Amino acid sequence: MIISVASGKGGTGKTTIATSLALCWEEGLFLDCDVEEPNAHIFLKPHIHERISVGIPVPEVDESKCSFCGKCAEVCEFNAIVVIKKKVLFFPELCHGCGGCSYICSEKAIKEVEREIGVVERGRSGKIDFIHGILNVGEPMAPPLIRQVKRHINSGTNAIIDASPGTSCPVVEAVNRSDFCLLVTEPTPFGLNDLKLAVEMLRKLTIPCGVVINCADIGDEEVQKYCKDEDIPILMTIPWDRRIAEAYSKGIILIDALPEFKNRFSQLYGKIERLYKR
Amino acid sequence: MKIVISATGDNLSAHVDRRFGRCPWFLFVDSESLKCEAVVNESADAASGAGTACAQLALEKEVDAVISGQVGPNAYEVLRQAGVKIFVVSQDISVREAIDRYKNNELRQTEIRVF
Repeated sequence: MIISVASGKGGTGKTTIATSLALCWEEGLFLDCDVEEPNAHIFLKPHIHERISVGIPVPEVDESKCSFCGKCAEVCEFNAIVVIKKKVLFFPELCHGCGGCSYICSEKAIKEVEREIGVVERGRSGKIDFIHGILNVGEPMAPPLIRQVKRHINSGTNAIIDASPGTSCPVVEAVNRSDFCLLVTEPTPFGLNDLKLAVEMLRKLTIPCGVVINCADIGDEEVQKYCKDEDIPILMTIPWDRRIAEAYSKGIILIDALPEFKNRFSQLYGKIERLYKR
Repeated sequence: MKIVISATGDNLSAHVDRRFGRCPWFLFVDSESLKCEAVVNESADAASGAGTACAQLALEKEVDAVISGQVGPNAYEVLRQAGVKIFVVSQDISVREAIDRYKNNELRQTEIRVF
């Protein structure tokens, strides 16, 4: 089973939940797909044994062959190529690496070269295989790197995917094709607003979901009401507790700091499994 | 001289829009006759690459100069390499006034302005 952990709003406790849930397994895979600022390694402290460079194909133009017809600029959906008189300007940070330009070039003046956008690191943390992606600083395009992180999922193994916050392309890429998505939220108007967006996203992707309410004793009742109205199961609530925040700030996994939560995470996993099998 | 101005509307009374790549309208104006062609900026809502797309449009229309509130680094690069003059106006003025200032040599060509 592949469980993704996501949230519309940032800072609700995705990594807190994902890392504790991972420890409930005898063995499994943990994928930190928040490649713009991965942080699960701070908690799981994996021993990294492999580092793989990830790039996307970008065009290299041989201007001696180029007829400056402009077809490459025309076909580029992302406006990454501009053809001016006797010159082709390329903007690598806009390029999605689709290969359209080299495909359409009748002069064969464009060849594709690899441009590194980040790295994938693999390691081991206790019984868990750990993989995360680290996007190069300033690089805007996370999805190709997330795809490379997710390539390490084998069918049949349990995997937890820690996604980035929000509902944009990197999140869609991270949660896509997971069997179940756990949405972590907080009972505030901000939490609710962004939870709704996340639920809409998952419905489009047809991924079943359940909610974890963090800091459940602050804020208001609106998240609970929304979940009831929309028939979304609330699978766990975590109270506001200074000890949880302190453990987090020291890079300690919640169930290691507060062992009384161990049972509740096992139950959470059991609930997800039952919902998945249903 | 053919000038393209990023504008808030489709005629010379509109204001100069403060963004080149994300403005709603482009006005292609002949500075002598004041003949004006308004073109909707179809890249205004593009996820990325609005600047390069708009610069490409300006080159296709063979403009000599651009007037805008702000030209981003990618658009700037394209326009500079193509030899198009770039004038940035900071005040909230109409397109007509911007062209008057241009004709009176009151506009200064800009170096790159990246925020």
